[in-house]
Amino acid sequence: MSEALVAPSTGRAPAVAARALAKRYGAVEAVRGIDLEVAPGETFGFLGPNGAGKSTTINILCTLTAPSGGAARVAGFDVVSERDDVRRHIGLVFQDTTLDNYLSAEQNLRFHAELYGIPRAVTGPRIQQVMEMVGLWDRRASLVGTFSGGMKRRLEIARGLLHSPRVLFLDEPTVGLDPQTRSSIWAYVDALKRREEITIFMTTHYMEEAEYCDRIAIMDAGRIVALGTPEALKAEVGRDRVQIRTADDAAAIAALRSRFGLDAAVRDGAVTFSVAEGERFVPRLFAELGVPIRSVSVARPTLDDVFMAHTGTTIRDAEASRAERTRVGPFARGR
Amino acid sequence: MSVTDFPVELPVPVPVPVQVPERSVRNDLRAVKIVWQRELIRFFRDKPRIVTALLQPMLYLFVFGTGMSSMVAGGRGDLKVFLFPGVMTMAVLFTSFFSAGSLVWDREFGFMREMLVAPVRRSAILVGKCAGGATAGTFQGVVVLAVAGLVGIRYTPSFVATVIGELVVVSFAITALGLALAVRIRAIQSFMALVQMLLMPLFFLSGALFPVAGLPGWLAVLTRLDPLTYAVDPLRRAVLAHAGGPLAATAQGVTWFGWTVPVPLELAVVALSAVAALAIAVTQFGKD
Repeated sequence: MSEALVAPSTGRAPAVAARALAKRYGAVEAVRGIDLEVAPGETFGFLGPNGAGKSTTINILCTLTAPSGGAARVAGFDVVSERDDVRRHIGLVFQDTTLDNYLSAEQNLRFHAELYGIPRAVTGPRIQQVMEMVGLWDRRASLVGTFSGGMKRRLEIARGLLHSPRVLFLDEPTVGLDPQTRSSIWAYVDALKRREEITIFMTTHYMEEAEYCDRIAIMDAGRIVALGTPEALKAEVGRDRVQIRTADDAAAIAALRSRFGLDAAVRDGAVTFSVAEGERFVPRLFAELGVPIRSVSVARPTLDDVFMAHTGTTIRDAEASRAERTRVGPFARGR
Repeated sequence: MSVTDFPVELPVPVPVPVQVPERSVRNDLRAVKIVWQRELIRFFRDKPRIVTALLQPMLYLFVFGTGMSSMVAGGRGDLKVFLFPGVMTMAVLFTSFFSAGSLVWDREFGFMREMLVAPVRRSAILVGKCAGGATAGTFQGVVVLAVAGLVGIRYTPSFVATVIGELVVVSFAITALGLALAVRIRAIQSFMALVQMLLMPLFFLSGALFPVAGLPGWLAVLTRLDPLTYAVDPLRRAVLAHAGGPLAATAQGVTWFGWTVPVPLELAVVALSAVAALAIAVTQFGKD
């Protein structure tokens, strides 16, 4: 854990570095002191429920929001005092689309190239290159309004790359997309990493997507509660997830508590609990539980378990309870 | 969307090295230009909007103008010629205000963020927007000018040049005013409601439909406070002086305490209002 806090040593300045970064909106502390370092070329993921402070942190790193405490440097520049230098070296793909539906795909990219002052001589070839990379060169003359959600997201990724940023920020790049398009987006991100020397900083609340990252930070209520490689974080949990289907769930839960001292609960219609070395535990379970077992499954810990281990709740439950607490929230954030 | 939409073998790209230059005046000007171009692409693509913004002025000119002519008939000349400058201003007013509304639109539909994170001055974005609205407004004014022949106004190069020159100043000012209103508004409906509330008073008090000379005191004061008055009057003086005849006598111009304000000063008032509105817009725009 402790060595995971420091970015892999490359001898170069970190692509992203934050120290005690904080953001307060009135009485609400959206970000409560974040420390992290991301190495050049790394794919770094922010994982956490909606409202955990991921988007606020990204907004600070992208210079869209000023921090109320701490400091951060992106691509070697301070996000407050060297704002324009940061902006020249980052690419952004936001949660909500920021394309102009009334312009063609190519016009959207040309707008971006002009806005970023890309030399005219390379604008054309570069637009072609990034559009080919996301498979949209054939559709360059189509109005963006006619594109599907997945195509729009690919075009936004192409646009985010147009000016060869050193750090590409992807804020929930696959939210609202169907599973097939989601995996295609990841194929592009993966291809991109092999082609362009780029650091990717992304947020997601899809557990399975965090697996694509070299390292992830798990965020909850404005703090980083765990940071490391997905494997290290899962290994740290150290317990496997066992699910059993029984004739009498209530009796099984009671028996697990009284005979093995395990806390179990019904999840997804099965009695679920965590235990070290789950496979070795199964024979004892059958021998001693005293309640007929119909089926059993043992699973290695997932990032969901990691989240649970650090916060005491699942991501889904955290989102549900947050939505309860802040009914006005969804409309206030992300704009 | 199926998986076959994606090439299985991603093409090997020709490396195109790109570096974003440091911020400079030249790049800010490029930003102004591209924002301006985008406004124009969107304006000319939206044909229904071009037509609707012309419909109301045409109704005033041909229906109201013709209908009221019978009442005011008797020596003073054609009411349509008198209304013509007011109607031109009206076309500009609708178009330029609507263009300024694109700022709210961009914010609501996310495109604003694309502009806000770019390494350019925010004022460059607003100046580009203002130039776009001014161009669109001038275009609509020129479309109205094109029907001048139908109300019996002859075209001469100097007349057309004067009117277009004045239209540019007026359109720029109205867009700037619209931007100052739009800059802090987040929903397009709120902006539309605000415009509805302001548009008609501004228009009616500008003297677009009646001479501003010889009004009762309270109305005279209100018309002199309406910046649009100083936009309508230069256009009217140009049109009426050009039309000649008995109507030319009604082109007395706006007076301040009995002193006739000269056209350059009127245009200066309009231009100053534009600069002030744009300055307000720029300071408010940075506050997000």
